Amino acid sequence: MQRRYRTRVAGETFEFQGLRELLARASPARSGDELAGVAARDESERVAAQLLLADVGLGEFLEDLVVPYEQDEVTRLIVDGHDAPAFAPLANRSVGEFRDWLLDYGTDAEALQRLAPGLTPEMVAAVSKLMRNQDLILAARKRRVVTRFRNTLGLPGRVSIRLQPNHPADDPAGITASIVDGLLYGCGDAVIGINPATDSVERLIELTRLLAELIERYRIPTQGCVLGHVTAQLEAIERGAPVDLVFQSIAGTEAANAAFGFDLALLRRAREAALELGRGSLGQDLMYFETGQGSCLSAEAHHGCDQQTLEARAYAVARAFSPLLVNTVVGFIGPEYLYDGKQITRAGLEDHFCGKLLGVPMGCDVCYTNHAEADQDDMDNLLTLLGVAGCNYFMGVPGADDVMLSYQSTSFHDSHYLRQVLGLRPAPEFERWLREMGIVDEGHRLRPSETRHRLLAAPEIQGGTED
Amino acid sequence: MARKTERDSSGDAPSREPEVWERLRGLTPARIGLGRSGGSLPTPHWLDFRLAHARARDAVQAVFEPEPILEQVRALGFESLDLASRAGDIETYLRRPDQGRRLSRDSRAALSGAVPEPPPELALCVADGLSARAVAVQAPTLLAVLLPELARRAWRLGPVCTVRHGRVAVQDEIGQLLCATLALILIGERPGLGCADSLGAYLVHTPRVGNTDERRNCVSNIRAQGLHPERAALELVDLLDEARRRGLSGVGLRLPGLPGSAAGRVS
Repeated sequence: MQRRYRTRVAGETFEFQGLRELLARASPARSGDELAGVAARDESERVAAQLLLADVGLGEFLEDLVVPYEQDEVTRLIVDGHDAPAFAPLANRSVGEFRDWLLDYGTDAEALQRLAPGLTPEMVAAVSKLMRNQDLILAARKRRVVTRFRNTLGLPGRVSIRLQPNHPADDPAGITASIVDGLLYGCGDAVIGINPATDSVERLIELTRLLAELIERYRIPTQGCVLGHVTAQLEAIERGAPVDLVFQSIAGTEAANAAFGFDLALLRRAREAALELGRGSLGQDLMYFETGQGSCLSAEAHHGCDQQTLEARAYAVARAFSPLLVNTVVGFIGPEYLYDGKQITRAGLEDHFCGKLLGVPMGCDVCYTNHAEADQDDMDNLLTLLGVAGCNYFMGVPGADDVMLSYQSTSFHDSHYLRQVLGLRPAPEFERWLREMGIVDEGHRLRPSETRHRLLAAPEIQGGTED
Repeated sequence: MARKTERDSSGDAPSREPEVWERLRGLTPARIGLGRSGGSLPTPHWLDFRLAHARARDAVQAVFEPEPILEQVRALGFESLDLASRAGDIETYLRRPDQGRRLSRDSRAALSGAVPEPPPELALCVADGLSARAVAVQAPTLLAVLLPELARRAWRLGPVCTVRHGRVAVQDEIGQLLCATLALILIGERPGLGCADSLGAYLVHTPRVGNTDERRNCVSNIRAQGLHPERAALELVDLLDEARRRGLSGVGLRLPGLPGSAAGRVS
C-alpha cells in the first residue's frame, strides 16, 4: 500500500517511496538516523520531504504501515486499538492542516483529550516533524494528562520530581541518605525510584521493602519503585514484596521489546499482579515506563524507520497500560543517536509532545553523558522549555550526578529552580505533606532548618559509615 | 576526587547541620548535603561539578599514545603491533560505532602478515575506547601482572595489539584474523563525573565479526579506587582459564563475585 511521493523544488526532483521513507527523510537532523542510513542526505532533501509530508492525509497512516502488521505486535496494538469515531473530526485533514489545527485557539485540552484515541503514533510523529520547537511547546501545554496512585500527578500549575537515590552497591543506608536529602528539597512526589546496580531478585525485594517502610513511617503521599527487569518485579510480587509501581524500559517495535526481554502479554501479567496488591489509595495507575529515541536501532530492530517515529510508537505501548509515569531518558543513549545539546533538546520536546498527544503522562529525564557534546547549560535550557510545555515530572538526582549509572541528569536544586521561575508546585497531596513536615513555608520556599529535621533521625542512616 | 569540597558552603538548610551531613556523605559517593544558596547550588559545589565534567570531557578527547604500551609489551618478551580502527578521528569514532568495531585497511594487512604458526590461543588488544587516560593510567599496572601470569599458565599469545579509536567488538576482527581461540580487550570506559580513568575488560570465545554482546564477559571499573588493576589481572586470568577449559564465554561463564549489568535503562 506504499505510495510514491515526488516533488520538484527549485529545479531539483525529490522522490520518496512510502511513508516510512518519507517520515525518515522529513525528520529533523540527528546522528542516529544518519547511523541507520535513513536520514535526508542534505537540508534541501529534508525540507522537500517535509513539504510532501504536509500534504499527506492523516488517514493514509492507517493504510501504509511503517512496520508490517503481520510481523509486529506493536503495529497490531496500534491498528486494532484505533478509535475511528474519535478520529472522525480529523479524518479528512492533511498533516500540515493537523499542525494548524493544533495551534488554533479553539483547540483546547478537551478537544485534544477526545481526539487522543483516534491518533496513531505515526500521525503524531509526522506532525511533529513539521513543527518548530515553540509549536511543540504550545501544543503540548494544552494537553494535561492526570494520573493517580497515592497522589495526583500532572495537574496544571504543578510539576513533580522522581527522587532517584541510586547507589553503586545498592547500599540501603547510602540510598536512604540520598532519599532524605531529596525529600528536604521537596523532591519525590512523582516516585522514589531506584535503579538497582545488580539484577538479583533478593536485592530488589530488599530495596522495595526499604521504600515501603520509609513511605509508611513518614506517611509520604507518594509511591516507590525499584527499576529492575519486569520479570524480577513479577517474581518479587509473587514472593510477597510490597511493590507499588511496576517498571519496564519499552520501545516501539516487537523485536526491540524482545531484546529488552518482554512482550505485551508479560506486561499485562505484571500489571494484573500489581493491581491485585491494591496498594494505590487514590488511583490504580501503577505502571512506570522509560523510553528513549534510538533504542530500536541499538537493538537492531528498527525496520528502516527513523528513531523519532519509533519512539512515538513506544508511547502507543505505554498508553495501553494506563501508566502513572512515562519518561523519555533523552540524552542517555549517547552521541551516536543524539549528538549534541541541540539534538537532545529537540528530541526532548518531540518526545514530550508526542507522548502527551497520545494521552501518556509524560515526564523527562533531561540528561547527557560525558561523550556527548552537551553540558549543564543545555540541561537548564531543556528543563526550562519542558517546564513551560507542562511536562509532568523530571528527575531529582543528588548534585545531578548519578554515581551508579554514570551520567548527568537534573538535580534536587534544579527542581527547585524550576518551581521558582515558573511558579510550579508539587502534587497537591505531597505539597501538604511538605508543609506539615516543615520542609517548605507558605510561600513554597524551602525552610531553613532551625533544629535537626526528624527525617535525619531515620534509623536506616544512624549506623557507621561504609568504607 | 572532585566530590569532596572542603570549603564551607554558604547555604541554608541542610548545611546548618554540617556534622550530620558530613557523616551522611560517608554513606554514599552521591553528591548529598551540598547546602543551598536560596534553593540553588552554592558556588563551590557548582565549580566542583564543572571541574569533574571538564576532566571527563578531556578524558574523552585525550589522544591515545600506544608507544609506552607497545614498549612495555616488548620488554616483557611479547610481540606487539600498533593498529587503528576505520574511525579516522574522534568525531567519526563517536558518531559511527560501526567504524570503531572494524580495523582500517592498513591494520588488516599488517595483522594478516603477523599471524603466528600455530595460531594463538589468545588475542590480546588494548584500545583507547572512550578514555585514553584510563589506558595510560591503568593498563601498565594491569599488563605487568597479566602478561607474566599468562606465560606462567602456559597461554600461547598472538601479538599484543593496540587499537586507536577502537570499540569493544574490534576484538572480534583481530581474534578472527589471528585464528585465536579467545580474544581479550582492555578498553577505556565512558568517563563518569567521579572517575575519568576507569578501564574495562571484555573477553569472547571464538572471536568472529558480528558476535553479539551477550557472548562476551565483562570486568569493569578497573582503577585504583574500584577494582585494582593488579587484582583485575588475576581475575581475568582465572576467567580466561575457565573459558578455555569450558570452551565458551558469555552468560554461561559467570564467575561469582563479578559485577552485574546496570539494569533498567535504555542504553
